Order: sequence, then C-alpha cells, then structure tokens
Amino acid sequence: MSSADFSVLMPQIVLAIYAMGGLLFAVYTGKDKVAPLLLWLTTALFVLVAFWIGVSGGDSTTAFGGLFVADAFSRFASVTILLSAAAVLLMSEGYMARRDLLRFEYPLLVVLAVVGMTVMVSAGDLMTLYMGLELQSLALYVVASLRRDSAKSTEAGLKYFVLGALSSGLLLYGASLTYGYAGTTLFSGIVAAAGEGSASLGLLFGLVFIAAGLAFKVSAAPFHMWTPDVYEGAPTPITAFFATAPKVAAICLLARVVHDAFGGVTSDWQQVVAALSVASMFLGAVAAIGQSDIKRLMAYSSINHIGFALMGLSAGTAFGVQAMLVYMAIYVVMNIGTFAFILSMERDGKPVTHIQALSLFSRNDMTRAVAMLVLMFSMAGVPPFVGFFGKYYVLSAAVDAGLGWLAVLGVIASVIAAFYYLKIVYLIFFGPEGEELETTRSPVLWGMLMASALIMVVGVINLFGIEGPAAMAAQSLVQ
Amino acid sequence: MIGLEHYLTVAGALFVIGIFGLFLNRKNVIIILMSIELMLLAVNINLVAFSTHMGDLVGQVFTLFVLTVAAAEAAIGLAILVCFFRNRGTIAVEDINMMKG
Repeated sequence: MSSADFSVLMPQIVLAIYAMGGLLFAVYTGKDKVAPLLLWLTTALFVLVAFWIGVSGGDSTTAFGGLFVADAFSRFASVTILLSAAAVLLMSEGYMARRDLLRFEYPLLVVLAVVGMTVMVSAGDLMTLYMGLELQSLALYVVASLRRDSAKSTEAGLKYFVLGALSSGLLLYGASLTYGYAGTTLFSGIVAAAGEGSASLGLLFGLVFIAAGLAFKVSAAPFHMWTPDVYEGAPTPITAFFATAPKVAAICLLARVVHDAFGGVTSDWQQVVAALSVASMFLGAVAAIGQSDIKRLMAYSSINHIGFALMGLSAGTAFGVQAMLVYMAIYVVMNIGTFAFILSMERDGKPVTHIQALSLFSRNDMTRAVAMLVLMFSMAGVPPFVGFFGKYYVLSAAVDAGLGWLAVLGVIASVIAAFYYLKIVYLIFFGPEGEELETTRSPVLWGMLMASALIMVVGVINLFGIEGPAAMAAQSLVQ
Repeated sequence: MIGLEHYLTVAGALFVIGIFGLFLNRKNVIIILMSIELMLLAVNINLVAFSTHMGDLVGQVFTLFVLTVAAAEAAIGLAILVCFFRNRGTIAVEDINMMKG
C-alpha cells in the first residue's frame, strides 16, 4: 500500500470525501435549504471528475495488489456514468423542488451510488466487486423510497430492496464457490485457475451464480421482475437515474467479470449471456405492448435495450465489447432525452404518466413533439438516427462471432419493439381528442430533450468520435 | 472426521432454505429479511470453510466484509420497512400489491 495506490483511487476518494463532508455540512447548516446548492455543486463535481478521469489516459494500472484496476475500459465506463448522473441531477432539480422532494440527502446519495459504480467498473477482485456493488445498491434502495410519505414509492423501495438483496446473495454464493475452486479472489488468479478450454464444475457453478446476480442488477430477463414496479413507484427523476448510470455500471461489471476472470472459458459463458440476451429482447418487446403507464413502458424498453447490449457482450470478442459500450452510451443519451420529456409532463401541477395524456401533443408544442419523434425512432432503431447504428454495431458483432441466429432473433425483437415506440409517436401526432397535456416550461428539461434529439440526428456523422475510445476500452479489457 | 464437503453441504442447505423462505413465505416481510440474512450467513460458512481448507486468509477477510455489509443492508431494509408500515399500516407480504408486475 503506497501513495501510488492512492493516486490511482483518487477520483473515488474525492467523491467519497465530498459525500461525507456534504452530509456534515448540510446537517450543521440549513439542512434541506442547502439542497439546491449541494445539487449544483454535485453536478459540477461529477463533470469535473469525469473530465479528470477522461483526460488522465495512460496504460492500465492496478492498485492495492490488483484489487483495483484503472484502464481504458474503466475510464470509458466511469465517464459515461458520471456524465449521465450529472445530467439526471440537473434535470431533477425543478421537479424535486416543486414537489417538496429536494432533500439534501438526494444529491449525496447519488454521489455515494456513483462512487460504488465507478468502483464496480474498476474491480479487479471479487471483494472489490462486492463492495462496489453493495455501495451502489444500498444508496439506490434509499433513493427509490425517497418520497417517504408515498405508499407507492416506499413499496418500490421495499421491492427493490428484497430482490436486490436476493441478487446480492446469489452473487456472493457464486463468489464463494469461485474463491473455493480457484483458490483466490483476484480476477487474474481466477483466469489462471480456470485455464483455457473448459472450467471445472465448481467454477462453472460460481460463474453461473455470479452471472445470475449481475443479471438481476442489469434487469435482464428472466431476472427483471423488479424493474417495472420500481420504475413506476419511484419518483420520476429517480427512475431516470435508475435507467441510466446503474445499468451502464452493472453491464460493464458483467463484461469485466466474464472477460477478466473467465476470459479463458469464453464458450462456457457465451451461451448463458446469449440466452439472457434473447429472453430480455423478446420480453422487453412483447410485455411493453400492453403497458399504459409511460414509466412502466420505459422499464420494458430498458429490458429490451439491455438485451441488445448483452448481444454485443455474448460475441465474446473485443469488437463485441466495443459494440456493447457504444450501444450503452447511445442508450443513455436517448433515455436522458426521453426522461427530460416525461419529467415535464403534468396536468394541474401534478405529474401524469399515462400515455393517453400524450394525445395530440403536437398541436400543443410542435418542436418538442418532433424531438420525441426523433428519440422514439432512434430507440426503435429506424435508420437515419443514431439508435440504428447502435443496433447495427451489436448485430454485426454477433454475426462476426458466428452467432447469426442471435442476430436474426435480435432483428425480429426490434421489429416487435418498434410497435410501441411508434404507438407513442402515433398518439403524439394523430391520437384521439382528449384533455390537453400541460407541460412545465423548464429551460433545463427543454435543453436536455433538444440536445438529446439533436445528438440522435447529428451523431450519424461520426457518433461524436466515441468509437475510438470505445475500441481502446474494449482492447484493454479483451487481450 | 468433519471435512470440507460437510461444511459445503450445510452452507448449501442453508442457502436453499433462505431462498425458499424468501419465495414461499406469504406472511411477513420480517421473515424475508431473516431469509436474506440466512443466505448471507450460508455464504460466510462457505468462505470460512474454503479459507481453512486452503490455509488462505482471504476468505476470512471476505467474510468480515460480508458481515459488515449485511448489517448495513439489514439497517436499510428495516428503515424502508418502517416507512412502508407508516404509509400502509401493514407489513403483510400479500399487501405489497399496489403495483402489479
């Protein structure tokens, strides 16, 4: 343990100290009165730390005897996580303040969750993995039930807690078996013990339990049961947070485990990940059709998108990981835009989430209606928009790896999923006459929605150059 | 002579009992919290058994981390449960049904 170790971990240390200092500061001063200040400070800090991690560059370094890894992969994932968390915090300020939800714990719990996520994506050991995952989960359980006086919000928190604790238990059981049969908890040791070809039965059991636990966290079918309920029950800004940063963190952690710890036995986990991918794509596509609540609909939509990202991972190649990272980055941008719109939906000062409320919204505000059209087409994967290129990437990764059948199933699922995205577009432009939807005039939400829609259009030129960093990240993970 | 496999069997049995307790229990959320605790303790038995068998301390360090996190998890779970009880006046499992999923 030396100062070099600590310097690798410095961004996380800064964030953790900020969270603890912020708590003390808020308790000893104005409590909830300082909440807006803390929220702005936190947003600025996230952007700064993202910049710091982004420009740090350099080779893969490990700290604390391999427990913690800082490489291009963890940098890409951390920057995505930090920027999306900053965007969500920025969007939530107005909504939370108007509904008396802007407590000082909220930004600080998000910081703690983000610290957990950045540790997750840098894990080089089963213990680091577990500690990062739990720090993230424990903070998220609390923010899910942030609206303490609402039965729905506390129920969402309770459901998330019970199923999250179950998934942590499964993951830990897998970790204990892996430790026992590999003789070490270090990923580098596990990959040596697993060897090339096929792993021992005990290690396979460990791998399957760990994969099941992580599938819960990314809400891949058949471990998705909590997602619609938690998305519906939690306050909308928190739903937006759940749909972005934690998903990126969990899927990057899964990528890290399967490549760093089980990289020699690709054929053993490839089938598991492919099965998760197919189940998620189809469940997300079919179950969303009957939903009338837009937050529940977004939950199934996220399950569907995670299925596509897992398809990239199941290729088992560096290009597959690159496709997964690009897909997740696009997914996060689309979700931030869509949730910026959902956050502005209200009637008589109360939030509305029923999709019928969108009826003929285009008469009300054409600009935003067109922005939503772009986002929905992009989510469905309609060609001129960026969402199509995300899907194209993962499909070609799957085909390159000889998983043609998976790519075909993916195309079928995306056609089914297009139905409900187009249903929203139909409602916005040609829906039945109904009560008009009022929307909050918030420049932040408007800006986020427009920026996100603009990225979906302009990004087709070169995807803002994220392919290069994503390729570097994938190279550093898959050797 | 009690060997490694005996410990693993006990841990496996406890883990499965924990999972079944979580899913079959229709009465009380507190029992769910107990089941979760049982699962984590089963994992601890596994880790300590492997650790002593291999003469490697890492497993026991891991156990200490798990114990600490389990305590934090129980605290948060109970806090959320208290909030839920204040809103609904019940902690019966069948009453956690405002949203259908």
